[in-house]
Amino acid sequence: MFERTVKDQRNQRTERLFRILFLLMSGVLIVPVFAVLGFLFYKGAPALSWAFLTTWPEDGMTAGGILPALFGTLWLVGVALLVSVPIGVAAAIYLSEYAKDNWMTRVINLAIINLAGVPSIVHALFGVGAFVLFFEFGTSILAASLTLAVMTLPVVIVSTREALQAVPQAFREASWSLGNTRWQTIRHVVLPNSGSGILTGIILEVSRTVGETVPVMFTGAAFFLPYLPTSVFDQTMAMSLHLFVVTTQVPGVPEQLPFGVALVLILMVLVLNSASILFRSRLRRRKKW
Amino acid sequence: MAEPQASAIRTRGLNLWYGDFQALFDVDLDVAPKQVTSLIGPSGCGKSTLLRSINRINERIDSVRMEGEIRVLGHDVLAPEIEKAQLRKRVGMVFQRPNPLPLSIRDNVLFGWRIDHGGRPDKDEGEALLEESLRRVLLWDRVKDRLGQRATGLSLEEQQKLCIARLLPVQPQVLLMDEPCSALDPAATSAVEELIWELREQYTILLVTHNMAQARRASDDCVFMLMGKLVEKGPTGELFLTPQRQETADYIEGRYG
Ligand SMILES: Nc1ncnc2c1ncn2[C@@H]1O[C@H](COP(=O)(O)OP(=O)(O)OP(=O)(O)O)[C@@H](O)[C@H]1O
Ligand SMILES: [Mg+2]
Repeated sequence: MFERTVKDQRNQRTERLFRILFLLMSGVLIVPVFAVLGFLFYKGAPALSWAFLTTWPEDGMTAGGILPALFGTLWLVGVALLVSVPIGVAAAIYLSEYAKDNWMTRVINLAIINLAGVPSIVHALFGVGAFVLFFEFGTSILAASLTLAVMTLPVVIVSTREALQAVPQAFREASWSLGNTRWQTIRHVVLPNSGSGILTGIILEVSRTVGETVPVMFTGAAFFLPYLPTSVFDQTMAMSLHLFVVTTQVPGVPEQLPFGVALVLILMVLVLNSASILFRSRLRRRKKW
Repeated sequence: MAEPQASAIRTRGLNLWYGDFQALFDVDLDVAPKQVTSLIGPSGCGKSTLLRSINRINERIDSVRMEGEIRVLGHDVLAPEIEKAQLRKRVGMVFQRPNPLPLSIRDNVLFGWRIDHGGRPDKDEGEALLEESLRRVLLWDRVKDRLGQRATGLSLEEQQKLCIARLLPVQPQVLLMDEPCSALDPAATSAVEELIWELREQYTILLVTHNMAQARRASDDCVFMLMGKLVEKGPTGELFLTPQRQETADYIEGRYG
């Protein structure tokens, strides 16, 4: 009575077919990642050295290092974080812990989703209009970082809100029922139990910010500057723009140089992403609920 | 203002809605001080809802709307000048699933007290409170050597006792317990039951339970609810022996859920 029928055989064939199909698709996903990384390492590794990171470009940017670009990217990302993290985390706390489900909240949520979908070139133009011209910051680190901050704000808000919402409601109720206020509960229960999740989101934001080219090019990054920025009102060089410049704008650049820049850029992102994965696994291990 | 205190908890004409759905209908509840009052009724009849409106934790749900009067220790707790945080300190709550925070045993017990005392609570006072609270729930001897360990590693019975101990440092006078034993095995259930019986000397206890035998064993008074209405209340012995209402008799004899 339990024999295999023709129909079973057909089902099994379909089953196998789909399994292989899906496997192939996930392979398709992985191959380019490794191809890109391998290619970059192969081409760019010869350019890498300590001196490459710590010296200035020479000979009209056809030789030498990337110090000012590296330094500038750190500036840009740092200032962008100083702005977007407090605002983003506060907004996420409001949306997750305070907001009632009414039209205001729905409008805010809609705004976040739409902000996340705006192309970076549009953000760049907005940055020029708002920060460079209207607020008269000029093309500067401040204008560029604010543009980056606006652009990545939705990422921070969404990831932070998810981290907050992962904290079990029972924890909040335990705290409320002891007579703790909403804020005391957030401060002593919700945030301590979502800290690593929030941090993960922020790191992912950083890794997105590091590589952005167009917004900083419009608002604060220069092709070449003979000095390091000393305040947020200076212009700066940036890794992403530098890569664009040495690849397309400067004649006679040896092939390994742009690949070296690209490799440093991607290593920065990789290091940050691994850090975020590490945080996440630490969070999982610590979580006993 | 406090009125002369007959009932520790007293509701009159209490109606409650979740959005358009009415969950409580004109509930008149009386809970005598320093006694255990059990609250029984089939699933979904509004026991938890009633319990959670007494410490006003229900109001954290956006759709909840309440009407009527709730008095705790003689005070009208729905009055505008009432500070909910103060109310909740006087009216502790124990949940169906033990919900210790992912902290050490010590930090769990002192959690509310430390926050209440702001920045730097006195350490010796804290240790004294810790021991006193854990002794009160008969847990001290079992955990005194591992106060720094995570509370989530305790057995469910110990966790539930810890959740009771956690309430004591902020000096509650009323304890609301929502099926505190339903996640526990029979041995643990009777241990927690004994503890509840013991605590009634000092605290007024309102105990929701599904377990008829538990209501009989562990309560002085009993209240029966059905579909959002309070059907019958009385001394537990009488209510179980000679229920006045047909619905009560049917429920006690196990004719519904
Ligand atoms: N947050 C809520 N939103 C809407 N309806 C709710 C909500 N909480 C409870 N209810 C409804 O209110 C009624 C009473 O629920 P309540 O949880 O108080 O019942 P209960 O007597 O505690 O049941 P149980 O014995 O299963 O715990 C139920 O019909 C339930 O569906
Ligand atoms: Mg319930």
